[in-house]
Amino acid sequence: MELARGHVLVCGGTGCTSSGSNNIIEQFEKSLAEKGLQDEIKVVRTGCFGLCALGPIVIVYPEGAFYSLVTPEDVPEIVEEHLLKGRIVKRLLYKETVVDDDNIKSLNEVDFYKKQQRIALVNCGVINPESIDEYIAFGGYSALGKVLSEMKPQDVIDEIKESGLRGRGGGGFPTGLKWQFTANAQGDKKYVACNADEGDPGAFMDRSILEGDPHSLIEAMAIAAYAVGADEGYVYIRAEYPIAVNRLRIAIEQAKEYGLLGKNIFDSGFNFELDIRLGAGAFVCGEETALMTSIEGHRGEPRPRPPFPAVKGLFGKPTLLNNVETYANITAIINNGAEWFKTIGTESSKGTKVFAVGGKINNTGLVEIPMGTTLREIVYEIGGGIPNGKKFKAAQTGGPSGGCIPANLIDTPIDYDSLISIGSMMGSGGLIVMDEDTCMVDIAKFFLEFTVDESCGKCAPCRIGTKRLLEILNKITSGNDTLEDIDRLEQLCYSIKNAALCGLGQTAPNPILSTLKYFRDEYVAHVVDKKCPAGVCKALLSYVIEPDKCKGCSLCAKKCPVGAIEGVVKNPFTIDTSKCIKCGVCMDSCKFGAISKR
Amino acid sequence: MSEIKAPAFKDTAEQSAKLQEVIAKYKGTDGALIPVLHEAQEIYGYIPYEVQQKISDGLGVPMAEIYGVVTFYTQFSIYPKGEYKFAVCLGTACYVKGAGDIIEKIKDRLGIDVGQCTDDGKFSLDATRCIGACGLAPVLTVNDDVYGRLTVDDIDGILDKYMN
Repeated sequence: MELARGHVLVCGGTGCTSSGSNNIIEQFEKSLAEKGLQDEIKVVRTGCFGLCALGPIVIVYPEGAFYSLVTPEDVPEIVEEHLLKGRIVKRLLYKETVVDDDNIKSLNEVDFYKKQQRIALVNCGVINPESIDEYIAFGGYSALGKVLSEMKPQDVIDEIKESGLRGRGGGGFPTGLKWQFTANAQGDKKYVACNADEGDPGAFMDRSILEGDPHSLIEAMAIAAYAVGADEGYVYIRAEYPIAVNRLRIAIEQAKEYGLLGKNIFDSGFNFELDIRLGAGAFVCGEETALMTSIEGHRGEPRPRPPFPAVKGLFGKPTLLNNVETYANITAIINNGAEWFKTIGTESSKGTKVFAVGGKINNTGLVEIPMGTTLREIVYEIGGGIPNGKKFKAAQTGGPSGGCIPANLIDTPIDYDSLISIGSMMGSGGLIVMDEDTCMVDIAKFFLEFTVDESCGKCAPCRIGTKRLLEILNKITSGNDTLEDIDRLEQLCYSIKNAALCGLGQTAPNPILSTLKYFRDEYVAHVVDKKCPAGVCKALLSYVIEPDKCKGCSLCAKKCPVGAIEGVVKNPFTIDTSKCIKCGVCMDSCKFGAISKR
Repeated sequence: MSEIKAPAFKDTAEQSAKLQEVIAKYKGTDGALIPVLHEAQEIYGYIPYEVQQKISDGLGVPMAEIYGVVTFYTQFSIYPKGEYKFAVCLGTACYVKGAGDIIEKIKDRLGIDVGQCTDDGKFSLDATRCIGACGLAPVLTVNDDVYGRLTVDDIDGILDKYMN
């Protein structure tokens, strides 16, 4: 391989691709060729750097200059100034990395990255995910080599058990134990499977691993297959992630070519074939038994457990199913040992967790933190706080199965057990930050709309119960309810939790229960005062013109689609609330800020 | 569900041959139905009754089961989509940042509801699950183009671009 004098790393994750990083790569190649630098400087399309809010992101090595919000028009300047003349283009640098006129900080010292520790994401944003050689150069497939040449299957399982790794898909079941159950199960044929059906809205860590480091998943699945005695594997991945699917396909082909998948891997006599199955947009397929039913080609409906998949899974055979991020920790544990892994994290939760931080926060993106980091550190130090000086109200973890963490619990260390104890859950790692403009009843309704839509319909508590929950929430947000409705809502939540067949139904009431627990006063305000404190629920709002601010320009009256605004020009106008449909056009059109909603 | 007017199904010899190829490729493998449906939708853009029938004949899977699977998964559509497929992400991050207002605005302008297609077959509107571009919330995709960090005021400009 020829050595290049410099490397231009361009993020090719979904976030940056959406903001146009492909054009930037093209422009770099064009500009470099114009200056005759194409052999000296190498352009690499990498996986996600994590700081999606500032994408597209370009990092130039050896200097480590971190350019953010780059446009194709900026590229000739970077090539001319930085790559040709050696002068870093300061105006494009991520401002946190600038120390003074002559110095830049390394990325690891920036607030966003300082508190992070990358195990699952270690190669994301560093290597070209479409090159198996780069993965191998960074130590890839050495863990598989070690396992096949030095370790017995039981040794591998013992190492994983010892590490204390727990399932990163949300449940937090000890991974080593799961491997042991599958290894112990009797059967002529066994499967390993990977759950890459990342359905929680707002969570995209699995996608980033698949896009940024697909070989780490293949390697880990091969190790798992060896440990439990399987020779065939499936990755069940969302069809909504085209970039991830494509890179995984490429990676599987490359691994086959190199003899790292297929027959007699490393001359050990171990065989392993890996195939991809696309999901088709059903949230319930993230549930393990439903996922397997879907791989088998049927409607993705869950099956009662037991029998657990470890005993009777895919096509009726013992099957090991883990989530992408869980697998992404395996090679590090094998290479560095369980003792090393155990030094990271808290007593009951070892290692790190990747969170997709989104919502009302400055640095939206992907972060990997040691277990036990507090929510405050994530929101204010790594996340850079809430935009527009608003107040933090709550964070939502665990998606439609999880709950809210209110402001007074912001110092809770994040691990599996502490989150459950405060009524939320780790979930797959979506973390949505909400500020004072978010209505908690509305958020509960949002999640219930989701579960009603996604309920597969197999069991009555989930199919009918969640629908009833949503109806009650609709009554509350439209002001047609009584205090008894809140009690009925709560009772029904517990009934569904106890009676539903699978994880989707059992956890569907969580968003309601946790908002009721911490924000009951908001429910009461909707019911008793018929007001939405956050100003979100339309039916409970009324638009008002403040007479002292209104100049009487009549613009709002002209814009109002139902003619609800009347008045005499140059005198304050008024809104007839009986006609008003609360569309908000008047408020948007007023140039004097005289219209407010209450 | 409201009745959706759908234009008659058209099939070309090329599409038909491609589908037969796909069926032949997967026939006999475990769990063949869903991969075949994915590729069939790729070929025709949607999976109407006629295509389901061909798959049923080819794979030897009963129609009832195929219809059951097609209607279970949101990715599969039995109705045609517009030439320009507008899809607004309704993941949590986008929702918190106002995706609901964006969708209302598009519904208003196009005069169709979510899941529908305009009469001239040009535009369809869908609400999608999280597409994972949460850093750009709220996000709208039109075919392969992605529009992020949207406000309601941006919508007119985007729609105008595709209307002409």
